[in-house]
Amino acid sequence: MAFESLTDRFGAIFKKLRGQSRLTEKNMDEMLKEIRVALLEADVNFKVVKAFTNDVKERALGQDVYNKVNPSQMLVKICHDEIEELLGKDNTDIAYAKGHPTAIMLVGLQGAGKTTSAGKLAYLQKNKLGKKVLLAPLDVYRPAAIDQLRTIAKEIDVDFFEVDPKKSPVILAKQAQEKAVNEGYDVVIFDTAGRLAIDEVLMDELKNIIKETHPDEVLLLVDAMSGQDAVNVANTFNNDLRLTGLIMSKLDGDARGGAALSIKYLTGIPIKFAGVGEKLTDLDIFYPDRMADRILGMGDVVTLVEKAKEAIDEKQAARDARKMLDGEFTLDDMLRQMKQVQKIGSLGFIAKMIPGMPKLTDEQQEAANREMKNFEAVINSMTRYERAHPESLRFSQKNRIAKGSGKTNADVNRVIKKYEQSKEMMKRLKQYQKSGKMPPGGLGGMGGMGGLGF
Amino acid sequence: MGLFSFLKNKFSKKSKDETTEKYQKGLAKSRANFASKLDSLSKRYKEVNEEYFEELEQILIESDVGVELSLRLIEELLEKSKQEKITEPSKINEMMIDEMFVSYTTSGEAIENEIHFQKDGPTVLLVVGVNGVGKTTSIAKLAYRYQHQGKKVLLVAGDTFRAGAVEQLKVWADRLKCPIIVGQENGDPASVAYDGAKYAIQNNIDLVIVDTAGRLQNKKNLMMELSKIDRVLSREIPGAPHEAFLIVDATTGQNGVLQAKAFKEVTELSGIVITKMDGTSKGGIILSIRDELGVPVRFIGLGEKMEDLEEFDLDKYLYGLLVGKEEE
Repeated sequence: MAFESLTDRFGAIFKKLRGQSRLTEKNMDEMLKEIRVALLEADVNFKVVKAFTNDVKERALGQDVYNKVNPSQMLVKICHDEIEELLGKDNTDIAYAKGHPTAIMLVGLQGAGKTTSAGKLAYLQKNKLGKKVLLAPLDVYRPAAIDQLRTIAKEIDVDFFEVDPKKSPVILAKQAQEKAVNEGYDVVIFDTAGRLAIDEVLMDELKNIIKETHPDEVLLLVDAMSGQDAVNVANTFNNDLRLTGLIMSKLDGDARGGAALSIKYLTGIPIKFAGVGEKLTDLDIFYPDRMADRILGMGDVVTLVEKAKEAIDEKQAARDARKMLDGEFTLDDMLRQMKQVQKIGSLGFIAKMIPGMPKLTDEQQEAANREMKNFEAVINSMTRYERAHPESLRFSQKNRIAKGSGKTNADVNRVIKKYEQSKEMMKRLKQYQKSGKMPPGGLGGMGGMGGLGF
Repeated sequence: MGLFSFLKNKFSKKSKDETTEKYQKGLAKSRANFASKLDSLSKRYKEVNEEYFEELEQILIESDVGVELSLRLIEELLEKSKQEKITEPSKINEMMIDEMFVSYTTSGEAIENEIHFQKDGPTVLLVVGVNGVGKTTSIAKLAYRYQHQGKKVLLVAGDTFRAGAVEQLKVWADRLKCPIIVGQENGDPASVAYDGAKYAIQNNIDLVIVDTAGRLQNKKNLMMELSKIDRVLSREIPGAPHEAFLIVDATTGQNGVLQAKAFKEVTELSGIVITKMDGTSKGGIILSIRDELGVPVRFIGLGEKMEDLEEFDLDKYLYGLLVGKEEE
């Protein structure tokens, strides 16, 4: 099957090896093959995959993974660490100029997301870093490209440099820079025209803009969905323009974004930002660890958080939170929250999305799902009063509930224990709230997460 | 006669028609890579061995053909070469093209490129895709094509989300002198589609092309919005949308398959338009999409001008990719 996660691929190998939980050189080769397929499906460049898997093999041999109890996880960890290290060892700050406005020039293929990213970058500079920003449209070719940037500038309340589309982009860039100097801007952002990979006319235009304005940053937009050709594109741009960094766009999609690794591996250009959504606030600094998970097909916390946001009814969650803090938390509330969390995805899915989470085996997942069903059966067999006041339950009532739900007394006790734990958590939350601080992660779904046993 | 030599004969005759030349010109950069790689490979080996097949696999994967399909093609090739005792590198390369051809033509339905027009009333074409693939430009090219075939074309600006998208389509409508239906900024695209359908019926439009906002296929809400547009169209005009084209950027990697899968779930995709084929990418992803989902490529964008849209022709595509240097 295509696009299986690496964890599933490894799982399949081990099933085949039946109980040989230890790594041998032979089954390591088999696992490296799976790593290879996973990387290729992530669009990591063929040559990079080859070099990378060799690196990993060497490193694994050096680390004596053979005698470890869980060698496949070791191997994934080595891959993961290697990718993370490769992607993240550079300083990714913008190189601000001293004494004059910092010029940032965005370049890239058509449709990579230059104009949108120009807006996002402007927003970030202005609202998060307090810079005075000027947006300059230099794409005089694509119909309505200038309109698009003007609309964006208005939306984020950033100054826009009105241009005459009949003038050459080189002149426009110079004019924008002059305005930035004269009017004391901190940052000026050039949005250039996109073209197909090899277009000498465009490259010359970009070269001339650089010659005339000496931008402090030349950032290449790389589409997370791009395929094997991405490295050639980056090379062409880098040879002609000497790039200072990359912006990965469309990382909110489900592409694994192997181009990031390929380009970094072959050119060493650091990835500075990542586009993570449709809104103009959705530009993030680049997180190498998340990217490593993603390339290996190990999920992504951000995706989980987004999914959670979609699935959880926010009003209901807020109501629940208030109720919980007022100590009115009932078993019904607990069950509803557990269900909301379940709506986000199966338990296994959630566990896979969180890097660093102990990976659940299939059996463990099943056990957790079974527990959820037990809970539901037990709670459904209670009266409404009992659900609101589980602390009042006596032995005879518990017996009745156990019989009614077809479960045991121990099951009933487990539900009550979980309820008490959740309530205890609420108390702590309330203390947090009083002290004015919020625990990390906020309130939404918290009781539910607790209810799931992690 | 192998298929490759057949194609070679077919297209290298002096009477090259215009589109064949356009294909070759448009694909020049892709071809330079793919063909010269194949060519130099077959020259470096006297007879094929394991490494030869590994290198072939690399060429396929580097063209974004996809891991699964590439591995399968190579496996079949290996088997066949053993069975038929063929060891000559250039023969093996030709066999590979044959395999690609057969694989493409046998997965999914038969291919007819031109839009299939309804007997009565307007024919509706819904155009979908992820962000930045060139939907709006492709729409302009399609409109131009069918205007030239004497059809009355209407454009519907269903991308109410991206700043400047409506203006961009308006610019094209002006140049094409064709009517355009525009809604409110950030308005409901389904209501624009509704207005478009109404206008089309009242004004005897032959072809309604509905633009939609680019959306990443994992955004549930946006995909639901798309299925709403689909529903509204079918309510106003029976059977609409009669055609739904997914626009795919030739530089797209493996995610292209997931795109096709997800869009197919919300609207019945009837074809793919591959854009930006005049770059250096080989667009191998179209083979994977056909292989996994059976959706055929209908048109191919080979340039930036309105007239730079061609019917997809597998023969020409493969030939365009694979003609050797001696043909240039």
